[in-house]
Amino acid sequence: MTRRIFRLALAVLALSACQREDRTARPSPVGLESREEVALVVLSPGESQPTVRTSGKAKEFEGNAYHLSQGKKLFTWFNCSGCHAQGGGGMGPALIDDRWIYGGSIENIVQTIREGRPNGMPSFRGRIPDDQIWELAAYVRAMSGNAPSSAAPSRSDSMHPHPAENRTSPSPPVSGGIVPPSGQMPQ
Amino acid sequence: MPAKNFASTRYSELTEITPENVKNLRVAFTFSVGVNRGQESSPLVVGSTMYVLSPYPNILYALDLAKPGAPLKWQYNPKPEAAAQGVACCDVVNRGPTYADGHLFFNTLDGTVVSVDAATGQEAWKSKVGNINVGETMTMAPLVARGKVFVGNAGGEMGVRGWFQALDQQSGKVVWKAFNTGPDKDVLIGSDFKPFYDSDKGQDLGVKSWPPNAWEQGGGTVWGWLSYDPDLNLVYHGTGNPGPWNADQRPGDNKWTSGIFARDADTGQARWFYQWSPHDLYDWDGINEQVLLDMTWNGQPRKVLVRPERNGYVYILDRTSGEVLSAKPFHPITTTRGVDLKTGRLQYIPEKKPHVGKVMRDICPNASGAKDWSPSAYSPRTGFLYLPHANLCMDVEHMEANYIAGTPYLGSETRMRAGPGGHRGVYTAWDVAGERAAWSIKEAFPVWSGTLVTAGDVTFYGTMDGWFKAVHARTGEILWQFKTGSGIIGQPTTYRGPDGRQHVAILSGVGGWPGVVVSADLDPRDGTGALGFLNAMRDLKDVTTKGGMLYDFALP
Ligand code: HEC
Repeated sequence: MTRRIFRLALAVLALSACQREDRTARPSPVGLESREEVALVVLSPGESQPTVRTSGKAKEFEGNAYHLSQGKKLFTWFNCSGCHAQGGGGMGPALIDDRWIYGGSIENIVQTIREGRPNGMPSFRGRIPDDQIWELAAYVRAMSGNAPSSAAPSRSDSMHPHPAENRTSPSPPVSGGIVPPSGQMPQ
Repeated sequence: MPAKNFASTRYSELTEITPENVKNLRVAFTFSVGVNRGQESSPLVVGSTMYVLSPYPNILYALDLAKPGAPLKWQYNPKPEAAAQGVACCDVVNRGPTYADGHLFFNTLDGTVVSVDAATGQEAWKSKVGNINVGETMTMAPLVARGKVFVGNAGGEMGVRGWFQALDQQSGKVVWKAFNTGPDKDVLIGSDFKPFYDSDKGQDLGVKSWPPNAWEQGGGTVWGWLSYDPDLNLVYHGTGNPGPWNADQRPGDNKWTSGIFARDADTGQARWFYQWSPHDLYDWDGINEQVLLDMTWNGQPRKVLVRPERNGYVYILDRTSGEVLSAKPFHPITTTRGVDLKTGRLQYIPEKKPHVGKVMRDICPNASGAKDWSPSAYSPRTGFLYLPHANLCMDVEHMEANYIAGTPYLGSETRMRAGPGGHRGVYTAWDVAGERAAWSIKEAFPVWSGTLVTAGDVTFYGTMDGWFKAVHARTGEILWQFKTGSGIIGQPTTYRGPDGRQHVAILSGVGGWPGVVVSADLDPRDGTGALGFLNAMRDLKDVTTKGGMLYDFALP
């Protein structure tokens, strides 16, 4: 009896681990990009919510340990860390906090990376293949604790400035963020 | 000009404010610059107008001092490219406009030099000299002399190639441009070049002291202070740190970074060069102010240049030849043993060299240095150089830097903290002839403001928690202080107003490299944020908020 329970538990574990590590062997080529029709605001005239249509690609990446750890590596490789540090920010805004200027959903973040943002976030379209953008975006969410702790990276190669992502307490996105200086420009 | 004169002494002849009456200073007027980012600029007074320049978006305001409350005369908005904010390493600051012949000259963050009519606020010309797509920004205050506007770029953290150039004052056209890395012809090194030390002699050292092509992303920017000697017709400018921070990727002396050039003002041809920190290991930009003095040294009259340097030493150089006369420490130092006066060379302690994959601890001074850009002032009455500076150390770990144009080129992670004693800032009166500190005042936060000293023997500086202080120039006694709305990192100005009174003005608004935690709302949980400064500035959010306000004081 105990043995059966044990086996069952083992199977469940193995299966869940499978999903945790799930990935397609052949990622989409550089040229292709997913289409995300997302809003940056909760308002839409006459509607209770803006109309949003996402590609559904998020499911492949969110909560996937492999993609998250790839995202973490890419975050340094593409020099995101140079501008955002380990999420505390510097030349770019903090990413471990709960405030998002351009939205905190994975689709929003994919678009931030792809399109760039006006106050100095470079556009990485054509520089980073689409799937890697998704990996980065999934990891960026993990930085503020918005990824399951079973899948989020558990160690850092860096100077351990703060607890690893799997021990970061979740801070759900709040819209707003800082007012960029151009928003305060007189005249 | 922000530095007061070509010699950059920031010494004012005004005597109305004295150690006795300074306690009576009152606010005369205030003005909001409308931008809550780091205010490193200096208010400038010409006749009865005060000019104030904001951080990005670099709006220039003219205030009418002849009217009560100093109302706005005009404002000029150069509308710089917003994306420039993303490539500015350490907040979107500007270190001030300068004035000459009826015009103001200043740089915008996106790499444009602007000339504006001082009376009307009309744009005279705009000259685009920097390229944000490769990470170039501009934050320094230009210097105008010999009909030329001297400017340099910033972006040493982005793998840019540093340059210094002269634009025609009337038209904004480039007269000459000198790079600070690469072949001699680009650096404007020719037959006039007579460096004092052998290590700076030889052909194309700006190429040979680097691994192949590394000089193309080698840094050596010019974002700090300039001085000019009209008799020698030499303009002096420092050069910034080499890139990347990971020094293992650039074996060699990395000429001509972290040093100082004396150049002919008309042609840009280099006359001499001296390297403060050859093969810099710690991000020690060599761009601080150079205070030009004529003094007696070992019984001989010498034309000298005094430089409180990021690496922790106050240097006295012969400004005709580049010879080092003295280099004495003013900050706790664990990284070097001093400067060999025979070879001019800084003596690194090899055990303190940071490496890839290993955390090197207790590096003092830290990356922002014993003293960063915050300009000092010299009083001929006391013989003291008043030094606003820091007391900081750091831990560093290197990793391989990956060059992607327009993104940071560092290969380094840093975590800073207070130096011995636990305070992070110091205001020191340095006895130049005596080569030692006369007195000093400890501050909780790095002293990131500039300073000035007057013939009334009063000096002024500000703190990052918002106090504007007046100090007795001889004793170091704090005579008066006023709490402004935000932290102070600006440069004080003193002037005689149309009302006949001596005024003192300062911009309040925290920011800059140590203050960006507040001005850009960084998250202090990550100590490596703001290139490692966050670790040392976690508590700044508890004591100040953002600001952008000019305060002007006068006696009642
Ligand atoms: C050159 C500096 C720089 C680099 C490199 C950089 N960023 Fe940014 N990033 C910025 C700036 C500046 C902003 C703010 C833009 C704005 O306010 O318009 C930003 C914004 C963002 C945002 C939006 C934050 C919010 O609150 O909505 C995300 C997400 C982000 N960056 C992720 C990344 C990732 C991932 C990378 C690497 C692929 C990266 N960044 C590389 C400077 C940079």
